[in-house]
Amino acid sequence: MRTLIFRTVAPYLTSLMVLFSVFVLLRGHNEPGGGFIGGLIAASAFAIYGVACGVSPVRRSLYFHPMAISGFGLLVAAISGWLSVVFNVPFMTGLWIKVSVLGVPVDLSTVLFFDIGVYLVVLGSITSVALALEEREHG
Amino acid sequence: MTADGQWLTFLTLLLPFAAAAIAPALTRALHHNAAWVLAIAPALIFLHFSGFVGAISGGETLAGGYAWIPSLSVDFSWFLDGLSVTFALLITGIGTLIVLYAGGYLKGHEHQGRFFSFILMFMGSMLGLVVADSFLTLFVFWELTSITSFLLIGFDHSREASRRAALQALVVTGLGGLSLLAGLLVIWGATDATSMSALLASEGALRDAPLYMAALLLILGGAFTKSAQFPFHFWLPNAMEAPTPVSAYLHSATMVKAGVYLLMRLNPVLGDTAAWETILPIFGGATLIVGTLLAMRQTDLKLMLAYTTVASLGLLVMLTGVGSEKAVEAAVLYLVAHSMFKGALFMVAGLVDHESGTRDITKLGGLRKAMPVTFTAAVLAAASMGGVPLFFGFLAKEEIYAGLGFATGWTTLLTLVALVGNGLMFAIGFAVALKPFIGAKVETPKHAHEGPVLLWLGPLVLGGLGLIAALLSGVSHELVSSPMSTAVLGEPVTVTISTVPHIGMPLALSMVTVALGVLVFVMLGQGRAAMAGVLNAIGWGPDKGFDQVLRGLTRLSFRVTNLIQSGRLDYYMTATFIAVAAALLIPMGLYDEWPAAPTLPRMPFYEWTVLLIGLIGLGAVIYARDRLTAIVSLGIQGFAVALIFMLLGAPDLSFTQFMVETLSVVILALVMTRLRLSPTDHRPTGEKILDVAVAGTCGAALGLMLLRVTQVPFNTELSDFFSQYSRVIAHGRNIVNVILVDFRGTDTLGEIAVVMIAGLAILALVRIRSAKPLTENKEEG
Repeated sequence: MRTLIFRTVAPYLTSLMVLFSVFVLLRGHNEPGGGFIGGLIAASAFAIYGVACGVSPVRRSLYFHPMAISGFGLLVAAISGWLSVVFNVPFMTGLWIKVSVLGVPVDLSTVLFFDIGVYLVVLGSITSVALALEEREHG
Repeated sequence: MTADGQWLTFLTLLLPFAAAAIAPALTRALHHNAAWVLAIAPALIFLHFSGFVGAISGGETLAGGYAWIPSLSVDFSWFLDGLSVTFALLITGIGTLIVLYAGGYLKGHEHQGRFFSFILMFMGSMLGLVVADSFLTLFVFWELTSITSFLLIGFDHSREASRRAALQALVVTGLGGLSLLAGLLVIWGATDATSMSALLASEGALRDAPLYMAALLLILGGAFTKSAQFPFHFWLPNAMEAPTPVSAYLHSATMVKAGVYLLMRLNPVLGDTAAWETILPIFGGATLIVGTLLAMRQTDLKLMLAYTTVASLGLLVMLTGVGSEKAVEAAVLYLVAHSMFKGALFMVAGLVDHESGTRDITKLGGLRKAMPVTFTAAVLAAASMGGVPLFFGFLAKEEIYAGLGFATGWTTLLTLVALVGNGLMFAIGFAVALKPFIGAKVETPKHAHEGPVLLWLGPLVLGGLGLIAALLSGVSHELVSSPMSTAVLGEPVTVTISTVPHIGMPLALSMVTVALGVLVFVMLGQGRAAMAGVLNAIGWGPDKGFDQVLRGLTRLSFRVTNLIQSGRLDYYMTATFIAVAAALLIPMGLYDEWPAAPTLPRMPFYEWTVLLIGLIGLGAVIYARDRLTAIVSLGIQGFAVALIFMLLGAPDLSFTQFMVETLSVVILALVMTRLRLSPTDHRPTGEKILDVAVAGTCGAALGLMLLRVTQVPFNTELSDFFSQYSRVIAHGRNIVNVILVDFRGTDTLGEIAVVMIAGLAILALVRIRSAKPLTENKEEG
């Protein structure tokens, strides 16, 4: 599958897909999308990159082991759930705060961080499985 | 109770665990002297709880707690009355001495820090158990005591005997824990009470409930296993594999009393019925006799004491079962006395072992000159155990005989049982306390001399307390015995018995007991030989039975595994699909819920087109020549379904379906290319027909099910709720996402954890396989 065209296109395709996955993740609360689907898109992006260019460039570009990313995601999700306990409301209650980034009002919430956690878990787990399988194919 | 006091009690409940956390580091810094620092924790708790004694002896009860999971109305709550405070004082008071003792006993042991940590954790669990109010708090701490005692019994984990003993204790008490859980659930169902205080306030509600018998038997299952009642007694003597501080603490003073505690706690609501007053005395009496007889057989000091502990627990259960005012008072007095003298005697046994190098009573003698302090402590404790006048054990024994009496044939029988049991315990107590010390000096493996202060402090204090508590009986009754008896009986009582002998039936029986005890003491050698003969003749016991049951269980699971785990993927899949089809079709058939024939809706041409694409995909799967083509064709069908979702207005679902299809095709293809299967299908025709039948039935079943579901009137309650509140409460317009990350966020948290664990498992599988070179031999592995 390592054709010249595929190999040339893959990096651009992957970057676009990862960018798109973040977009899907962030719009998820109001429009179709969310952490799960975003994570799937990002995972397939890395899988494609791996098929096209081999596994080691993917691992290098990810820097962290995908399972570590997954674990970090789980931690983020759990912490954003527990945060509410600190504010004396039951576990997993969504907390909202309005901040202004460069003059643009942005709603931040623990729910968003929870979704980011979901995104990272799905991305990490599936990427690590896909990469491990690809590795054996080329190894 | 003020808010401050409540905070303080909460902190005291956490304190042992905090001390357990710092214990290893502290021990690394201070070595065995860390005991002095660590003992401050239980001592502080002891002081905190003694502060309540005044109020409680005045008839008050104190409750407190925090909401734990408010949406399920689960609380972390405690409840302090005479019973729980007495237990708390025993646990922390003896605990303080035990921590000090362990400092001396395990001096220089490389894992002493770990030991401190375990024993403090155990103390915290036990403390939580006796002050727990809500059933859930009680159950959690109950299980924690099982787990921590498992760690303690197996502390010496390099020896097989201690591993076996630890596992045995865990299995037996763990089973009891399950029984207790079921019992608490039954009580909850029968009375609506979720806490002890509520249950105690409900008076006779439980006794009249139709489920009374079930609740009673299940609770007894928990209490009898924990308190080592015959025939579940065997784990306790085996637990003597643990270091002696553990035996002294868990298996005499505290953990084994948890079952007795539970029975006493529930006496006001479960007791006073024919079943209670029959079952408890029978099991308790049998345990008393069996325990003392088995104790006589032993030559190991610790084992002798362990069996008398079994016997004492039997006596306590028996007295609780009789349930009259005097009997309960006797149980209370005996429980307090036993905690002190048995803790002291165990520590003495450990001390003798530590200094002389042996615990075998036939190889010990004449140590009184070398170890005078130990000898004093031993005699003090044995005097209380034997019920010698002026000692606390004497008060208990007088009350036992006063509580049983000769009124009916039944109580006469129980009195005789108590008489024999007490007589034998007298003999064994003095055998342990005297034999190693008196007589001619016997050469021991180590040259014996008095142990350090850390070692003899505990037994001396506990032995001395047995005397002081009795001499000041007025004070000890006022502060401890009366409030505790009140709590157990559920009505106010005052314990009055004092050390002044009063002529009467109990005193006469005491004399007979002492006479019997002295007789057995003198003839202990012959008695031991006789018991050994009897036991050899029987040749079987619950301990062996335990091994047989475990072996049988292993063999059974091995057979079952062999039967259902053939290791062939196609069998698993066939079984799964048949199960799915059966689960869908059988209920539909049984309840006659077949769907009505659907009318075909008018569909625009593009919907027909998508449907056609899906069908073409399916056809391609079936006719594909090699596996890779089949997998990709399956993807076509999946995309068609995703398109249908999109057309019917479920963009989220469709989006996800696209991604899942893509990824599963990629991953399946990767797996398939790795497996080096033959590229084409080699199934014989017969097998193909079977597979087609299974697949067809499964598909038809799902189709029928979906048809039926859509024909049922749609319940819009949930959709209404979510569409109404998604925007208002959760600030999101995408309902699907809001449900996932907010309304049902806890579910999602669990799910992503599962995703990650599955990922890890797959990763591990891939790694294992790639470590070995793949061969063509498919039967491998």
